[in-house]
Amino acid sequence: MIGAEFVSLSLPPVIIGICVAVACALPGNFLVLRRQALIGDAISHVVLPGIVVAFLLTGAVSTWPMLLGAAGAAVLAVAAIETIRRLGRIEPGAAMGVVFTTMFAGGVLLLEQSDTSSVHLDVEHALYGNLESLIWLDASGWGSLLDPVALAGLPVELLRMAATLAGVILFIFIFWRPLKISTFDEGFAQTMGMKTGALGLALVIVSAIAAVAAFDAVGSIIVIAMFICPPAAARMMTNRLERQVAWSVLFAVSAAIAGYVIAGYGPVWMGFAASVSAAGMIATLSGVILGLAAALGPHRKRGSPA
Amino acid sequence: MSLHLATRNGTPATSDVQRKSPLAIRGLTVSYGQKPAVFSVDMTVVRGSMTAIIGPNGAGKSTLLKAALGILKPLAGMTTVFGDPVSGARDRIAYVPQRASVDWDFPTRVIDVVLMGLYPKLGLLGRVRKTHREQAMACLERVGMQDFASRQIGQLSGGQQQRVFLARALVQDADLYLLDEPFAGVDAATEKAIIIVLKSLRDAGKTVVAVHHDLSTVTEYFDHVFMINTRRIAEGTVEDAFTSENLQHTYGGRLGVAQTEQLSGTLG
Repeated sequence: MIGAEFVSLSLPPVIIGICVAVACALPGNFLVLRRQALIGDAISHVVLPGIVVAFLLTGAVSTWPMLLGAAGAAVLAVAAIETIRRLGRIEPGAAMGVVFTTMFAGGVLLLEQSDTSSVHLDVEHALYGNLESLIWLDASGWGSLLDPVALAGLPVELLRMAATLAGVILFIFIFWRPLKISTFDEGFAQTMGMKTGALGLALVIVSAIAAVAAFDAVGSIIVIAMFICPPAAARMMTNRLERQVAWSVLFAVSAAIAGYVIAGYGPVWMGFAASVSAAGMIATLSGVILGLAAALGPHRKRGSPA
Repeated sequence: MSLHLATRNGTPATSDVQRKSPLAIRGLTVSYGQKPAVFSVDMTVVRGSMTAIIGPNGAGKSTLLKAALGILKPLAGMTTVFGDPVSGARDRIAYVPQRASVDWDFPTRVIDVVLMGLYPKLGLLGRVRKTHREQAMACLERVGMQDFASRQIGQLSGGQQQRVFLARALVQDADLYLLDEPFAGVDAATEKAIIIVLKSLRDAGKTVVAVHHDLSTVTEYFDHVFMINTRRIAEGTVEDAFTSENLQHTYGGRLGVAQTEQLSGTLG
């Protein structure tokens, strides 16, 4: 397993899985603490109609139109959620629920009605992505990691997710203090002159970028899971935000690696013929981690000692 | 008109007093829906005073503070702090929000909450140094919470949480302290500790303004009072403004005449 085959077939999907998991889990920490965790759910659903519309307009599965379509759909969804919330005077969770289910269902209908039989674009793809297919054919072994020619053949999704992750890390690092204080005490942050509204919007936009970038490679299931499960599990491991974020990264990476390995080899070990979806397994594992943290985490109860 | 109203307590309402006032509010109007919560309110806080904002539930006390600070967007009106717009005087203001306005399950420790008061000084990426920690610890000591520095904030009692909020305001080292119901739901020991700190602030030349609920302690704790019921009812020294008549105007039928006379009579 740790040979040339591993480097070309398994290493890229594992790294992409890790990038996706961490890029979603990092902003997820703040979304969960702000009771906005559903935002990740909403965004990853609403990008589907955006992608389908982009496909219908361009007639091809190409990255940039689809990313733009997804981003446009995300912006439209955020605007619709705000409008419904204000006009209907209902809580944001309800507004999100209405918008993302409607837009996702619309996307499914569009997808079924359009002629996408010739390309790899279907509902299953939207949910589970195609992590296993993101392979690195130019690699001939570990040495390829130092070979510029081979490196040029890395899956473009890997580079895109790595860049997205770098952007997310930079955002969280630079705005750590404003994010922390405006999440805890927005009014106080405002009296210190912080633009908390703009910061909250920036957090949602960064989350949306992570979700859209991840969607193409791994589908929406893993995105939804990673926004919520690692941060929520991490909250029950510690009573300090800094450590919570560290735990969430650890959980996200663990779920990505273990999920990929178990999906690929688990069924074979258990005597089944085929492997299962890596994205589905990664998402499932993150849920298992959350369950374990909820059952055993040292800080699962409110007001437990620091 | 505002000038006339401001003279009610007998202090000269010259533009100079307004200019130097730690908190001067003019024509502030705030609305949550159709009905205004605060309507065309003027307020001129006297420098070095300890002012209680009083009024019945829903009278717009907290709303007045939040709108003056820019936390809520007013429909109309302007606020100056020591003669400057609020945005230019942030480092002279310390604000203590209502304790119930935040989630105390937030994963952070007491010392970290106090250090939040230093964020403007630290900037985005400035390192928290030993002197910052010492400042935070000194402020925790002033409110008697130094032994709780490493506790998670969710483990504190309501009174202890309120003291931590006060410590965070102290570390801001401001000239104007605005507190929203600092005595709500706290134990007697905390109330005493808080009032001692607030009086020491006033004695050091700072100005303290607090939304206050308990009419029976107004005369004991404060020297100035601002009475509001959506509109401004009265403003001035406790002696002049905290009268039976003004209480009747502010609280309407909610307080009996005997009660208001007894309250204002505590002036002696």
